[in-house]
Amino acid sequence: MGQKFRQFIDNFGYTRIVIILFLFVLLVSAFALELQIKSLLSGILIRTGMNLLLTLAMVPSIQSGTGLNFGLPVGILCGVVGAVLSIAMNLTGGQAFFAANVIGVLLAVVAGYVYGLLLNRVKNQEMLIGTYAGFSVVSGMCMFWILAPFRSPKMIWPYGGRGLRVTVSLEDTFGGILNKFLFRPYKWIDIPWGLLGYVLIFCLFIWLFSRSKTGIAMQTVGSNPRFAEAAGISIDGMRIVGTILSTVLGAMGILVYAQSYGFLQLYTAPLYMAFPAVAAILIGGATVHKASITHVIIGTFLFQALLVVALPVTNAVLPEGNLSEVVRIIISNGIILYALTRIGGGD
Amino acid sequence: MKNAEIKTQQKRMQFMPDIKKGLIRNIVPVVFAVLCIIGACIAQARPLFLLSSVTIRMARNLLLVFSLIIPVVTGLGLNFGIVLGAMAAQIALVAVTHWEITGISGFIVTALLSVPLSIFFGWLTGRILNRAKGNEMITSMMLGFFANGLYQLLFLFVLGGIIPMVNKTIMLPSGIGIKNTVALRGLKYALDNVIKIEYDDLIIPIFTFIVIAVMALAIKFLLQTKLGQELRCVGQDMNIAEASGIDVDKMRITAVILSTILAAWGQLIHLQNIGILQTYGSHEQVGLFAVASILIGGATVTKATIGQAILGTFLFHSLFIISPMAGQKLVGEPQVGEYFRAFVAYGVIGLSLGLHAWQKQQAARNKFEE
Amino acid sequence: MNKPIIQLVDICKEYYGNQVLKKVNVSVRPGEVHALVGENGAGKSTLMNILFGMAVIHNTGGFSGQVFFDGEKVDITSPKEAMDKGIGMVHQEFMLLPGFTITENIKLNREITKHNVISKILGEKMKSLDMESMRKDARKALDTLGLDIYEMLSVEGLPVGHKQFIEIAREIDKTNVRLLVFDEPTAVLTEIEAELFLKAVKKLASTGIAILFITHRLNEVMRVADNITILRDGEVVGKLAREEASVEKMARLMVGRKIDRIQKTEKKSNGSIDENILEIKNLKVNMPGERVKDVSLEVKKGEILGIGGLAGHGKIGIANGVMGLYPSSGEVVFNGDKIKLNNPKDALSKGMAFVSEDRRGVGLLLEESIEKNIALTAMQVQGKFLKRIAGINFALTWKIRAHARKIIKELDIRCTGPEQITRRLSGGNQQKICIARAISLEPELLFVSEPTRGIDVGAKKIVIDLLLKLNQEMGMTIIITSSELAELRSICDRIAIIYDGKLEGVLPPDADDTDFGLMMAGGHGKAKEVS
Repeated sequence: MGQKFRQFIDNFGYTRIVIILFLFVLLVSAFALELQIKSLLSGILIRTGMNLLLTLAMVPSIQSGTGLNFGLPVGILCGVVGAVLSIAMNLTGGQAFFAANVIGVLLAVVAGYVYGLLLNRVKNQEMLIGTYAGFSVVSGMCMFWILAPFRSPKMIWPYGGRGLRVTVSLEDTFGGILNKFLFRPYKWIDIPWGLLGYVLIFCLFIWLFSRSKTGIAMQTVGSNPRFAEAAGISIDGMRIVGTILSTVLGAMGILVYAQSYGFLQLYTAPLYMAFPAVAAILIGGATVHKASITHVIIGTFLFQALLVVALPVTNAVLPEGNLSEVVRIIISNGIILYALTRIGGGD
Repeated sequence: MKNAEIKTQQKRMQFMPDIKKGLIRNIVPVVFAVLCIIGACIAQARPLFLLSSVTIRMARNLLLVFSLIIPVVTGLGLNFGIVLGAMAAQIALVAVTHWEITGISGFIVTALLSVPLSIFFGWLTGRILNRAKGNEMITSMMLGFFANGLYQLLFLFVLGGIIPMVNKTIMLPSGIGIKNTVALRGLKYALDNVIKIEYDDLIIPIFTFIVIAVMALAIKFLLQTKLGQELRCVGQDMNIAEASGIDVDKMRITAVILSTILAAWGQLIHLQNIGILQTYGSHEQVGLFAVASILIGGATVTKATIGQAILGTFLFHSLFIISPMAGQKLVGEPQVGEYFRAFVAYGVIGLSLGLHAWQKQQAARNKFEE
Repeated sequence: MNKPIIQLVDICKEYYGNQVLKKVNVSVRPGEVHALVGENGAGKSTLMNILFGMAVIHNTGGFSGQVFFDGEKVDITSPKEAMDKGIGMVHQEFMLLPGFTITENIKLNREITKHNVISKILGEKMKSLDMESMRKDARKALDTLGLDIYEMLSVEGLPVGHKQFIEIAREIDKTNVRLLVFDEPTAVLTEIEAELFLKAVKKLASTGIAILFITHRLNEVMRVADNITILRDGEVVGKLAREEASVEKMARLMVGRKIDRIQKTEKKSNGSIDENILEIKNLKVNMPGERVKDVSLEVKKGEILGIGGLAGHGKIGIANGVMGLYPSSGEVVFNGDKIKLNNPKDALSKGMAFVSEDRRGVGLLLEESIEKNIALTAMQVQGKFLKRIAGINFALTWKIRAHARKIIKELDIRCTGPEQITRRLSGGNQQKICIARAISLEPELLFVSEPTRGIDVGAKKIVIDLLLKLNQEMGMTIIITSSELAELRSICDRIAIIYDGKLEGVLPPDADDTDFGLMMAGGHGKAKEVS
C-alpha cells in the first residue's frame, strides 16, 4: 500500500502535489476569511486565459528538444512591436488587434528563424544562451523605444520627454477585446467565453500539429535526435520549426495578455516574462524533455489560481508588505530550479 | 640603407601575424577598449573625473569579480550564485548595524560574521550545482533568483515579524521588516579610511586596494597548493579526477564555498564605500555585473585569471561611467546610455557564452573528423 | 626470481547464467611478457576485471577460483587495493588532462608537496607543490621508457604515441608497481610508435616488472611475448611458449569452432545472381572508434553478405557511413544510382534500410509506442500512413495501428499491444521492432548491424531465422555486420573481413579457420607468403 502510494506520488510529481495542497490551504483560508469567492473564481479564469498562450509557447520548444524557451522575450517583443505599429497606424478595436497579430507573427517568424539558427549552434546550452539572448534583445529594444520616431499621442509622454511611455493604455485600441467578447456573468462565476475560446483554439491547433507529419518529426528530434537522423529527419530544421512556433506563440500570447491587462508594457517589462510561463508548464507536470497541452492547461490554471487567491488572502492576514509577490518569486523560481536539478536524472 | 629598410620591413612582416593573432585572441577586451575610447571622445569627459570614478568603482567591485575565478578553474563555469555571498554579507551588515558596532571593528565583525553564513550558503549552492552538472550556470542564476525570494521573506516578514528586533531605527514604521534603505553610518568608509590619498576630486583608498591585492595573492597561492591542483584537475575532467582518487563533488563544493566567502567580503567592501544598503536591491545585479566584467576582460567559461578580472573590471566600469554621458551628448538622453550598458552587460554574457558553446560543439565535431 | 608474481587459478565466472570464464589458469613471472590473445567476447576483459576487483564483478555474484599474488592467496575487492598491491593498468583510452603538463599528469593526485607557512596552520591541503622533485621523478620515468621529450610540455596536442608513453610512465612512477597490464596498447599507435612502444615494453620487463599484454595483433605477440595464453569463449584453448608459436597457429586457435551451417532452401531467383545491387568505392567513414579508412566492396543482388572483423577495426562504420549517419566520403552506387553521402534521407528513399547496432540509442524511441516506432521512418521518408487535409499531412492513427498489428503478428512480437511503449520490452522484441521499422520501408537492401547482440539465445535464433526468411522469401539483399563470426558463417553467402579500416578479404562461409583468424588479425598477406 505504502509503495503504491509512493509510486502514485512519483508519477504525479511532487511539485504538483505541493502546489495543489498549497492552493487548497489558500482556498480554505479564503472561505474562512469570507472573501468574495465569485470574484476570485472569475479572476482565476481570466488570468488563466490571458497567460495560456505564453505557457503554450513552451510546448514546441520542449518538444523539438531545445528545452524550456527562456528566450521567450524575443517573441514577446515581436508582439509588442506589432501592437505599437498597429497603434501608430491609428487602428482601433478588432482591426488593431488583427493588425498587431499579423505584424507580430510575421516578425516572429523571422526572429524565430534567426533565434533558431542561434540555438542550433549552441546545442545543450540553449536555455542559458536563450536567457541572455532574451535579456539582450529586451535591453536593446529599450534604446529603440526611446529613439523610435512614433508621434501617436497615445504612446508618447503627454508633457514632453523623449521616447515612448513605459506603459501604453490600450483603452482606445484593443483593450479587453477578447475579455469582453462573449463574456457571460453567472451566479457563481463570470466566464469569459471569448477569451477562453480564443486561446483553446490555439491549443487545439498545436495538438493537431503534433499529429501531423512535421509535428511528429519535430517530436522525434526532441525525444531522440539520433533516431530522428537515422529516419532521415533534419535535426536542425525541426529545431528551427519548433523555435519559430514558440516565438510566434510568444508574440500572439503577449497580445492576449496585453488586451486583458489593458496596457502594453514596454522597456524592461518583458525581461522576466519567460519565467512565469516556464514555471507554469513545469507545475503542470512537464519536464525539460516532455510537455503536452494538458501540462499547459493544468499548469497555467494551477499557477494563476495560486497567484489570484494568494493576493487577497495574504493581504488579509498580513496587510504590510507584499507577501504574495514574495511567495510568487519563491514558487516560480523554486520550481524552475527544481526542474534544472533533475535534467540528468531522467533515465 | 635600403637593405636595412627591407630587413626592418621583413621583421615587421614577421611580427604582423603575431600582432594579428594577439588581437584575435584578445578580441573582446580590444573591442571594449575601443568602445570606451570612442565613448570618452564623444562624452568629452574630464580625464581626472573619469580616473577618480573608475578608481572608486574598481575598489568597490574588484573582489566581487575575483570571487568568480575559483569556480571557473574548477569547471563550474561562471558562478552567478555569488549573489548568495552578497546576501550573506548583507545579513551580517544588518545585524552589525542593528547592534550598532561601528568603525573598522564593525567592519571586521561583519566580515567574520559573514563567513559562517557564506560557508552555509556556499555548501547549499555547491550541493545543488552538483545535482545539475552540465547546467551549472543557468542553475546558479535561477538559484540567485530563488534565494532572492527567501531573502525578501526574511527581511520583510521574519525580521520583526517572528524574530523580535530591539533596535527600531532600521525597521519599517510597522515594526515588521527592514527599511528599503539602511544607512550604514557607522561602517561608511570603514575600510577606505584606514589609509587613503586625496588629491582634488581623486580619492584613492589605498588600504582597500591593499586588502584586494592580498586577496588576489591568496587566490594565486591557493591555486598553487595541493588543493588548487585538485581543483584544477576537477575543472579539466571530472571523470579522470574521480578515477585518480579525487573526491569530485567535495572539490566542487569547496570551490563554491570559497567563491561565496570572497563574494561576501567583496560585497562588504562595495557597501562600506557606498555607505547605504539598498536592502532589496543592492545584491540583485551583483552576479550580472561581475560576470560581465570578467568576460569583458577576456575570460571564458573555462579560463579566468586575476589579470583578466582587473582588466575587465576597469573596462566595464569605464563603459559604465562613459555611456550615459555619451548618450547625453549624442542624442540628448542619458537614458539611452543606461540602456546601452545594460545591453552591453547582457549582450557580452550571451555572446561570450554562446561563442563558447559553439566552439565546444565545433570541437566535438572536429574530434570525429580528426 | 622464477616464482610467479601473479597466478590466476581455475577462474570461473557467470553473468546471469551465462558462463563467460571456464576454469581459466594464467600465471606471469617477474620479468616475463605474457600475451593474452582472443577474439572480442573471449573473456579477456572479464579476467582483467577480476584481477582489478572491479565493482561489476562483485555486483554480479563474484567469481570462483583463486588469485595468488607473490605466492600469497589474495582477495582483491577494489581497484585501489589492486593498485596498492602493485598492479598497474594502462588504459585503452587515455586518462590524461590536456591542460596539465606531462609532469603534472604523471604525478596526478600523487603530487610531491612541501610545507609552507600557511599549510602548517591550515593543514595538508594547503601544502605547496614541489615541482622540482615532481619534475625529476617524471624525467626518470620517461627515461626508463626511453622517451626523449621535455617533461614540462603541456599534454595538449602531443601525438597519441607520446600520450600512451605518458600513461605508462605514470604507472611505472608508482614505486611499487610489479605487474603491469596493457589493454590493447598499440591499437591507436602508428607503426613507428608501436615499434618504439614494443621496445619500451621489453626494457620494462628487463627491470623485473611482470607484464600482461592483451592484444589482437598477432605479429606483435610474436615480437615481444615470452609466453602466450589464448582464450576462446571463456576457455583457455592454448598455452604456447614463443618458440612453439606461430601466427597461423594462434589464429586457428583463436577463431576455431564448430559451425552449424543452416541449410538453406533454394533461393527465389531475383534477377541474375551476378548483378551488383550495391557498389562501394573507396568509402571512408569518420565514426569514432569504428573508423573506415578505405573500403571498396560489391554486393550481389539477393545475397546475404556478412561483414566481420574485430571490434574497433571499422566493420560497424560501413553501414553507418553508407546510410549517412557519420561523415563519410567515397562513392556508393545503389542499383546504378549514385547515393548522396551524409544524407540519410537519400539512402532511405532510394530503397535501403538500416537496423542499427545501437538499439537503445539510435534504434528506438524508448518512450514511444510500438506502432509509432514501427511506422515512423516509412511515414517520414515515403509519406505512408498520411492524409493531406487543408495542406497539412496528418498521420492516420488507424492505418498505423492496422499495420503495426499485422507486423506484430508476423514477427511474433510479444507485447500487450501496439500502444505499449518500447522501453520495457525484452532485447529480442526490441530488435524485432527495429527490423519491423526497416521492413516497413519495403527496402531492396537491408543493413543489419549486430542483430543478436544483447539478446538471449532463443531470441537470437528467431532473429536470424527472420533475416533468412526476408532474404529467401522476399528476395531482400541483406548485409549483416556482426562480431560473432560463427553467426555470420551460419547464414551468409560470403563474408568480408575488415581489418584496420580496410577490406582484408572476402571468404566463403566454409573457409578454413586459419584464414578467418589470420584475416581478422591482419596477418593474411604475410600468411600467404609463408604458405
